[in-house]
Amino acid sequence: MNDKKPRILKISILRFDPHDPDDFPHMETFEIEESDGMTLFIALNEIREHHDNSLKFDFVCRAGICGSCSMLVNGKPTLACRTLTAKLGENISLAPLPLFELIGDLSIYTGKWMRYLNEHLETWIHDKEEELKFDNLEEKMEPELADEIYELDRCVECGCCVAGCGTIQMKPSFVGAVGLNKIARYHLDPRDKRTDEEYYELIGNEDGVFGCMTLLGCEDVCPKDLPLQSKIAYLRRMMIKASMN
Amino acid sequence: MRQKIDKIPARLDLTQSVTGLILGLFIMGHLIFEASILVSNEMMYKVTVMFEGYYFLGQTHPAIVSLLAGFISIVFIAHAGIAMRKFPANYKQFKTMQKHISIFNHDDTSLWMVQAFTGFIMFFIGSVHLYMMIAQPEHIGPFASSNRVVHEFMGPLYVLLLLSVVSHAFIGLYRLALKWGFMEGKDYRASRKRFKILMKAFIAIYLILGSLSLAKYTYIGMTHDFSTCAKYKSKTINLEQH
Repeated sequence: MNDKKPRILKISILRFDPHDPDDFPHMETFEIEESDGMTLFIALNEIREHHDNSLKFDFVCRAGICGSCSMLVNGKPTLACRTLTAKLGENISLAPLPLFELIGDLSIYTGKWMRYLNEHLETWIHDKEEELKFDNLEEKMEPELADEIYELDRCVECGCCVAGCGTIQMKPSFVGAVGLNKIARYHLDPRDKRTDEEYYELIGNEDGVFGCMTLLGCEDVCPKDLPLQSKIAYLRRMMIKASMN
Repeated sequence: MRQKIDKIPARLDLTQSVTGLILGLFIMGHLIFEASILVSNEMMYKVTVMFEGYYFLGQTHPAIVSLLAGFISIVFIAHAGIAMRKFPANYKQFKTMQKHISIFNHDDTSLWMVQAFTGFIMFFIGSVHLYMMIAQPEHIGPFASSNRVVHEFMGPLYVLLLLSVVSHAFIGLYRLALKWGFMEGKDYRASRKRFKILMKAFIAIYLILGSLSLAKYTYIGMTHDFSTCAKYKSKTINLEQH
C-alpha cells in the first residue's frame, strides 16, 4: 500500500451561470484530498458532494464512450472521466470548452452544434431510394474496409477537436475535424452513392477542407485517437482531384 | 440543372502549397550557394558566374539573374497574396487566436503565429531584396555583395530576412507534408515526428549556415579596400566586365 500522505489538489473551476443576469465569469478554487486512481470525474463529484452542490458539469458513461465530459483541463481539451489526477500537478484548472453554448460552469450544449453540423454536412448514407430493394441482401464489404470505416465511426462528438482547433477559433463557420472526419467516413463507404462533386459541394470550400490550416490541435487532443491528420489530408487530395475533372 | 462546382477554393489551396514548395526549395538552394563564400572568395565567384550563364554560354549575362529573381518575385507575390487569406482579418480574430495559443500551449498551433508574423515581415523586406536582385544583378560577387552588406547597410535587413525566411520556410514545408499526407507511410504519426525533427534540424543548420555566411560577407566588407577594386578578380576566369 501507498503510505505517502495523499496530495491536496487545488482545483480551480471557471464558474458562470449565463442565465443569472447578476453572475459573471469567475474562478473558484476547491481543495480536495486525492485518492488512489482518482479521475477528474471522481474529483468533481467529490466537490459537488462536499463543497458546492450547485456546480454544473456533464457526465454519463464515465468510461470515455459518451463524450459528455469534455472540458479544458489546464487549457487542453480532453475527457474528464479519462483524466487521472495523478498525471496532473496539484493545481488543476478546469474550464468549459469554448465555442459551444454554455449551460453553466463546465456544462456545455455540444448536441446543438453537432446536430447543425450533421444536418449541414448530411452525414448519413445517401442512396438512390427509388432503386432500393429492401429484400436484397446487403452487398458484402471487405473486412479491412469495414474496419477502416468503423475506426472513423468511433467519433463520440465530444467537441475536443473543435475546442483544440485554432482555425475555428478565428473562423467559427469552419466545420472542424469532427465534420471532416464524418465526410471521410462516408466517402470511404461504398454504400454511400454520393459523387466526388457532391462531396466537393459540401466541403470544397474554406469552411471545409480548404479552410484547414493544419495546426493539428484536433489530432493531438482527440480522446479517441482518430486518425484526423491523415484523413483530412486524404480528403484534401480527393477534393483537389474532384476539382480537376 | 445542377450548378457547377466552384473550383476556385481548390485551386487557391493547391497554388498556395505549390508556390510555397517552390519558394521553400529555392531558399534551401539559395542559402547553400550563398554559403560558398565560406569556402573561398573564388568559390563564391564561380557560383556567381555559373548563375550568370558562364559555364553554359561562355560569357556572363547578369540578366539571367534578373529573370530568375523576377520569376521568384512572381511566385513570392502569388504565395503572399493567397496565403494572406489565412491571416486574422481583424483585431477580434487576432485576439481570439492569441488567447487560444497562450491557453492551449500547443506547438504546431503556436508555430502558426510564427509563420503569420514572419510572412508579414517578408512582405516588406523580401520585396526590397528581390527588387535589388532584379535591378542590379551585376552587383553580386565576393566583394560586391560584401560592399552591399556593409557599406549599403543591407546587413540588418539580411539578418531579419534570414531569421524570417528560414523559420517560415521550414515550418511551412513541415506543414505542407502533413497537409497533403506526403510520405505518410503506414504510421503517419511516426512520420510526423520524423518531419518535425527534420524541420528543427533544418532550421538550426540553415540559421547557422546563413549567419556564418553573413558574418563572412561583413568581415570582407569591413576589411577590403573598395577604393582600389570594387569587384573581385578571379585567378582562373578572366572576364572583361568583371
